[in-house]
Amino acid sequence: MCGATEGGLSLDGIDVAKEAIIQGQVLRGGEGGEPVGNAYVRLLDRTGEFTAEVPTSASGHFRFFAGDGDWTLRTLAPKADPVDVRVAAKTGVVAEAVVAI
Amino acid sequence: MSRESALVTTQWVEDNLDTPNVVLVEVDEDTAAYDKGHIKGAIKLDWTTDLQDQVRRDAISSEGFGKLLSEKGVKNDDTVVLYGGNNNWFAAYAYWYFKLYGHDDVKLMDGGRKKWELDSRELVSDEVTRQATTYTPKPADLAIRAFRDETVEAIGTKNLVDVRSPDEYAGRLMAPAHLPQEQAQRAGHIPTAANVPWSKAANDDGTFKSDDELKDIYTEAGVDWSKDTIAYCRIGERSSHTWFVLHELLGQENVKNYDGSWTEYGSLIGVPVVLGDERGEA
Repeated sequence: MCGATEGGLSLDGIDVAKEAIIQGQVLRGGEGGEPVGNAYVRLLDRTGEFTAEVPTSASGHFRFFAGDGDWTLRTLAPKADPVDVRVAAKTGVVAEAVVAI
Repeated sequence: MSRESALVTTQWVEDNLDTPNVVLVEVDEDTAAYDKGHIKGAIKLDWTTDLQDQVRRDAISSEGFGKLLSEKGVKNDDTVVLYGGNNNWFAAYAYWYFKLYGHDDVKLMDGGRKKWELDSRELVSDEVTRQATTYTPKPADLAIRAFRDETVEAIGTKNLVDVRSPDEYAGRLMAPAHLPQEQAQRAGHIPTAANVPWSKAANDDGTFKSDDELKDIYTEAGVDWSKDTIAYCRIGERSSHTWFVLHELLGQENVKNYDGSWTEYGSLIGVPVVLGDERGEA
């Protein structure tokens, strides 16, 4: 299926060694801030083209299964300006990102 | 069709929440989303169970569509307004079904659920029930649905529009990046297909770009407006979004959605596949 589960799919049953995972949390004010559960995180490729989007979970979390290389996370939330965060992904590694809005 | 007849704004929906004969329908990939909150009065269609044949891989039949809408309480002369998550991917997919089976008055809410949420408009969790009806569908309109043989024959003769992300088109990814990448079929694209990601047609908030912007995007990508067009993606829902743009917003005739899409084509034996960013030759 082509579904965007809130927060991204769980890792249950997924061979993490074969995936280039990018995951993280959207926080109002950054580290230590309030999780944003109604944001949308878009994954843009190295040319800025849209690749995927997930709504954040209640705890502000999101997850993507990308490919090796550089990506941009663009976060949209009510009453906030869009925020871009750059992140590098590598197969077998879970790249963590905190998005401050 | 035109933008005025096929699309409504979030404000229009808010203004028409209590209008008789306007039926709001939410269609989400994440079927739990509706249960946590939906627009007041909206009913839900589950694309995995309601819109798919549950035995073979196929769309539900005309008869099945009629039974579904009868149970959901939709009448033939209702104005059906569809919306959903993922920038209306699955709502556009459902819209295509409504047109496939001949519903006259169906519209998309521009921007879908995301726009509604970003507007900070109200979502409720009330259970919605509508009185059952007797819905009479029409036979499938195959002028808007492409199958695999027709798609293979279109190589080098018709417009093929691959609406997946550039990395999926080139074969660097197998699926949208919110999904695990391990898949059975081959990666790549159909020779001669132009890559026009569905997202080029939408603004960040999920609303559609203007008609002039849309025409420029497809023209620059090499779509020949004098030719018939087949759009495809991975499973047929993102290409419904592009079918909606070309056929319903821009009024282009002879546009079909290949709902078998890459999960079918990429599993076929004996068909040509191109890897990389170039279109490839027939």
